[in-house]
Amino acid sequence: MTVTAVKNAAPASEEPVKAAKHRNPLRFGVLIGLLVLLLLVVAPLLVVAINAVKSPSDYASNGPLSLPGHLYWDGIVNFWNRVNFGQKLWNSFFTSLVVAVLAVVVSILNAYALGIGRVKGRIWFLVFFLVANLLPQEVLVYPLYYLSKQVGLYDSLWSIIIIFTVIQSAFGTYLLTSVYAEFPTELLDAASVDGAGKWRTLWRVVVPVSRPTLGVLFTFFFIWTWNEFFLPLVFLISNDNQTVPVALGVLQGDRLMDATTTSASALIGILPAMLFFVIFQRTLTRGITAGAIK
Amino acid sequence: MAGKKGYAVYLIPGVILSVAIIVVPLIMTVYTSFTKWNGVGDQKWIGFDNYTRLFEDELFWSSFGHILLLIVAMAVVPTLLGLVLAAVLFDYVAKKFSNRWASLFRSGFYLPQVIPVAVTGIVWGWILHPDYGALNKILDSIGLSGLARNWLGDPKYALYSVMAIMIWFQLGYPIVMFMSGLQRIDPSLYEAADLDGASLWQRFRKITVYMIRPEFYVVLVTTTIAALKIFGQIFVLTGGGPSNATLVPSYFAYKNFFEKAQVGYGSAISTVLTVIIIVLAFVFLRLQNRAEKAGA
Repeated sequence: MTVTAVKNAAPASEEPVKAAKHRNPLRFGVLIGLLVLLLLVVAPLLVVAINAVKSPSDYASNGPLSLPGHLYWDGIVNFWNRVNFGQKLWNSFFTSLVVAVLAVVVSILNAYALGIGRVKGRIWFLVFFLVANLLPQEVLVYPLYYLSKQVGLYDSLWSIIIIFTVIQSAFGTYLLTSVYAEFPTELLDAASVDGAGKWRTLWRVVVPVSRPTLGVLFTFFFIWTWNEFFLPLVFLISNDNQTVPVALGVLQGDRLMDATTTSASALIGILPAMLFFVIFQRTLTRGITAGAIK
Repeated sequence: MAGKKGYAVYLIPGVILSVAIIVVPLIMTVYTSFTKWNGVGDQKWIGFDNYTRLFEDELFWSSFGHILLLIVAMAVVPTLLGLVLAAVLFDYVAKKFSNRWASLFRSGFYLPQVIPVAVTGIVWGWILHPDYGALNKILDSIGLSGLARNWLGDPKYALYSVMAIMIWFQLGYPIVMFMSGLQRIDPSLYEAADLDGASLWQRFRKITVYMIRPEFYVVLVTTTIAALKIFGQIFVLTGGGPSNATLVPSYFAYKNFFEKAQVGYGSAISTVLTVIIIVLAFVFLRLQNRAEKAGA
């Protein structure tokens, strides 16, 4: 909704903009300053990209800033095969997807009881979920590590899936409860007049109406889980179970990593994230705004 | 208000999961912090010994000292810089050029935030590598080889290098938050300011900063907490080294848990960290509430 507000505002300010364009010669100074800053921010990623497709000999003779003489894919291909990167991509994708779905479902159920049902003691539940959000993972990690070994889930993707479902849904519950607290009562009343029970009302009325917010939560949970490092590092020790960040992170300082291989590995770590960024950009920007209201 | 009947059943899955994954482990860690335990065998109750040891441990104090500097790099600098940049983008670039330019800049600055922290660690670890890293090669090629350093490997510079990286990493988050907050501002406020002949600084102070106080608090709290929790970048960039120059509490706890098998001591470190984070969050919340009441 904020996005449309800006679009509507733009044409109205067209006239003074034109007048100002002629009056202010400094305005390109501001733009150039911002462009330089932007270049500084993006430069590390650009440097990684050009060196990921450069042959080691090209790098040795021409350095990191020259464009590659020819496109050299061997660095990426070799690295991909060496770490079995397809497997890591699948592990990350599967974990993030399942966590995002389950965490959204748990958030819906919690928020339905707290935001719409206003169950007794809901303030304390909300305080609990707020504190759960704040906890550093270090304070949970050792018992979880110990318990997962007891129940045979250590070094299994499911350990990570269960843990992150709970951690992400703590945030989701907190955010969604405030959304559901404002849920239009007319819709709920209409559903109950139609004879719908609580279960039906939830899935036929509440969930469809709040779909935009749920989409934002899903996006957040997916990307956050994809980017997680600490717990997957502890729990996923065998090669076949590693996620992308863990696989790349533990290879740092490895003897086999030279300059171009390292940038190749960084590039294939960056690309999926960029892809999500492009796909989800609209939801993401809206979602960050939603996070601000919490 | 009294609760409506029949909704509590919807909390059951969430409560069971939270108890198993959050409540029980939390209690176990706090309990373990009062014991001596290497992860196998019996836990031996030793009272406050881990805590007294902690407060005498130089590494513990220096890890919190490092966190203070990282709060500057991850919370203070990005928030202030982000505030200025968001105001320039919203109030100047979007109006004098176009919204498209403003959102292009916003996306560009936000880019480092979407990349997994472990991967940003790899990117910078490579750029700052003393032998084959891009930065030293660039300094060489423009005749400034005297400035080349072992950026992450020299205890004198390692923490400052990490701080610079964290500013780069965090900057986009406040910009996005503040720009979305600015969209709430009624344009007529700015028009009125123009009519009254307000200076750019006055516009910034009296309208921009004033109107986005809620976002300002949220950004400051979340980035400060993120700084207290930092782990991934430290693990990948420096491993807490060289000679503990970049050691942070979370990594300190990790080392005690999984490298030294001093689980009781690691639990004490993470318990202290947790208490600090929760106290800080509630102090911030109080301040925010008070500021909102004063504003209303």
